[in-house]
Amino acid sequence: MIRIGNAQGFWGDWLEAPVRMVEQGPLDYLTLDYLAEVTMSILQKQRKEDPALGYARDFPPLMARLAAEIAGRVKVIANAGGVNPLACAREVKRLAPGLKVAVVLGDDLMDRLDDLGDEFSEQIAAIRPQILSANAYIGAFPVAEALATGADVVIGGRIADAALALAAMVHEFGWAEDDWDRLASGIVGGHIIECGTQATGGNCSAAWETLPDPANIGYPILEAEPDGTFRVTKHSGTGGVICDACIKEQLVYEIQDPRQYFTPDVIANFTTITLKDAHVSGVKGQPRPQKLKVSISYHAGWRSIGTITFPGPQARRRCEIAEATVRERIAQLRLPFDAMHAEYLGDDQLMQLRFGVRGKDRKAVDRFTREMIPLVLSGPPGGTGYGEGRPAVREIVAYAPAYLDRDQVKTRVEVVA
Amino acid sequence: MKITLERIAHTRSGDKGDLSNIGVIARDPRYYPVLLREVTAERVKHYFSDLVHGPVTRYELPNVAALNFVLEEALDGGGTVSLRLDAQGKIFGSQLLGLEIEVTEDELG
Repeated sequence: MIRIGNAQGFWGDWLEAPVRMVEQGPLDYLTLDYLAEVTMSILQKQRKEDPALGYARDFPPLMARLAAEIAGRVKVIANAGGVNPLACAREVKRLAPGLKVAVVLGDDLMDRLDDLGDEFSEQIAAIRPQILSANAYIGAFPVAEALATGADVVIGGRIADAALALAAMVHEFGWAEDDWDRLASGIVGGHIIECGTQATGGNCSAAWETLPDPANIGYPILEAEPDGTFRVTKHSGTGGVICDACIKEQLVYEIQDPRQYFTPDVIANFTTITLKDAHVSGVKGQPRPQKLKVSISYHAGWRSIGTITFPGPQARRRCEIAEATVRERIAQLRLPFDAMHAEYLGDDQLMQLRFGVRGKDRKAVDRFTREMIPLVLSGPPGGTGYGEGRPAVREIVAYAPAYLDRDQVKTRVEVVA
Repeated sequence: MKITLERIAHTRSGDKGDLSNIGVIARDPRYYPVLLREVTAERVKHYFSDLVHGPVTRYELPNVAALNFVLEEALDGGGTVSLRLDAQGKIFGSQLLGLEIEVTEDELG
């Protein structure tokens, strides 16, 4: 049996979690999932501004902080590399020179975009000029290959979230590339822990009111067996809860057809899962898909969202008048937006107007940001909550999936000297 | 009798691009047949008709007494494009708990 703990469900998750995961109990593998769909877009923006960035910047200092404790005891697997895994790995090596660091490369397709065949070109044709990054989802086997180098830390880019944990199992148990049922079971385990505390009572509508000690919530650990079965647990003494209701909520989180959960390594059938007292068994899988999903980010214009808050009586009526005023002024200025959107938050005693626009013309979006604050003097009485000044203009880096024959994606492992 | 879904189920929702999905899990497996009968794709589509502009598909997971609803064109473009407060579909699950459903006292047990 091996213990695989995940202590980061996205970039921005609790900074203390990985430290506690290592310090508070037995552990063999620490996985850290930094990437959501929107994260690749954010990282791409950062690399555009500085070619040395584009990875989860929290990760290298975290490795430095943990270096002494993990060396020779706990292996780390992380997709912290984002759109620049090699830069991330070098920074880890610089801050923690005693650790052996390996990096999985080959997911980045940006330099080959026009050489990947007609079928792929057709999928991206509509957005081709705006594409900023393109990364194939990588499975567990190249990561296991990196672990086989004896590395303490394995860093990759767009490694599929659930494959982080599966890689540890493949490496330890020597599962074959066509051992579909075991691979599927490992993926189910990876899926359960990939969002951190969503498996231990966080964001859980079954257990939130009575959740024990939420400030010290424990992150999830798989106790994985060579036959593919596993138990979900957490370190003793931590907050949160291990219960089947929470695990079920995570099982159905961000899935589509439960009979076919697509990953680079296997297609898992979630309707075959037997879950009892946090033990999972019986999972069936089908052969891996011939096509890999590709995560593409592209420039899609600009947006800005402004807010102003009105008191009652009749707070809603005040928001309605303010919204109508903003819309009329936008019309008078003939600002060319693709979309405008208003929401009212609160009740008739106190309500916030949240108004957003998006479009391709940055100047027009910038002009909009001058239209909210004047309402403080010219709108309905009591308009407040404008202390942050006029709203920011943000670039929209949108996400689009595409599909590419897996033979086109050649991964390789590099040990960072 | 009429109850809200919260009494017999719990939920979680999230996003994939412009899709949102809502997992609906029976608080006890004996409520699963009630979910199957009462919480149809049509009702979920109708419940979120202001927000969801594409089709709603329902999938069944009898092994964990759960349903999964996939809502298309649900997030105003999704992710970084959406102008909505809830660009990631996080609140759909909690909101669905307010759905009114019809059960007998026997079924509630």
